[in-house]
Amino acid sequence: MSVETLIALLYVLVLASFVGFELIAKVPPTLHTPLMSGSNAISGITIVGALICAGPLPGSFPTSKILGIVALFLATLNVVGGYAVTDRMLQMFKKKK
Amino acid sequence: MDRTILIQLAYLIASVLFVVGIKMLGKTSTARQGNTYSALAMLIAVVVTLLDRNVLSYTEIFATIILASAVGLYVAKKVEMTQMPEMVALFNGFGGGASVLVATSEYWRMVHDADIVMPIVTGVGVVLSVFIGAVTLTGSLVAYGKLSGKVNGQAITFGGQHPLNAVLFLGIVILSVMVILDPNNDLYMMMLIGASLLLGILTVIPIGGADMPVVISLLNSYSGVAACFTGFILNNQVLIISGALVGASGIILTQIMCKAMNRSLVSVLLGGFGQTSGSS
Repeated sequence: MSVETLIALLYVLVLASFVGFELIAKVPPTLHTPLMSGSNAISGITIVGALICAGPLPGSFPTSKILGIVALFLATLNVVGGYAVTDRMLQMFKKKK
Repeated sequence: MDRTILIQLAYLIASVLFVVGIKMLGKTSTARQGNTYSALAMLIAVVVTLLDRNVLSYTEIFATIILASAVGLYVAKKVEMTQMPEMVALFNGFGGGASVLVATSEYWRMVHDADIVMPIVTGVGVVLSVFIGAVTLTGSLVAYGKLSGKVNGQAITFGGQHPLNAVLFLGIVILSVMVILDPNNDLYMMMLIGASLLLGILTVIPIGGADMPVVISLLNSYSGVAACFTGFILNNQVLIISGALVGASGIILTQIMCKAMNRSLVSVLLGGFGQTSGSS
């Protein structure tokens, strides 16, 4: 990775962190758990990394590929389960209102 | 070239949808829609990643995704409303575990490919995502165990706990430096993974069940940070952006939750407070 790329990525990291800080303000307590659950599903974004690691044809680096497949399984669970659970919570929320 | 640009643009759209989604999740009237936007962003990110020139073996990928989705949907549907926090903890642990595996997979490929020398920046990304991801994995599993009653929910404290954790952490720092400086020695990497997994357990066991929601929120932030660092290994912006969003918003949410419960984050993390009895 070149220094330019690294700097560009660091910019992305820092600015995205500031956005993250600013996004959460004055959240009503009832939404704390759904918000946590919703952002947990987003942290399953590592599924993108898992896809890249699981992607190559078998043969070149089998261990890497197997690790990638297991990562893909776990990340998919995180993503699908995370969004489904969050949606269920929020559905409940609406009915109560 | 076209394909790369398409992927990058789609990642940009996904990132915007994630930001809008989190924002909307913070308001009662828009929360459910916000979750849908964020899920749509994830779908876009996954679909365009399938176009990546390194992704070739679709059979295994689709089989894994379908199987895991079926399990995830089934579990999410069956779980009782009261069990939601422990479910979140479990899923969060899996996310952290996935980051560890992604980092290890890339590490393995680079170390065993004679043509590639692992750059220091990549090494830093590897050790950070392995360390944070592993702590998230075991920490979340302990939190899940405590909330579901599979593990004693009380604070488990013993003498010398904090010094032990400090020593373990120091060991992890040293091992991390070793992995970065001498990536070809697999032993350092394995010890780093093992020590990080152990630290995750040790930092969560002294915390009582009542404080678990705060801990889960904090671990959720960690899993974002772990995903963020895998982005540095893979040079992938959507991983960095979404990971940083979750990492930062998770910390703020954790603070807000602490305040709502009249607790300070430090006292939650040090553990053993506000507990009916600490078994020592």
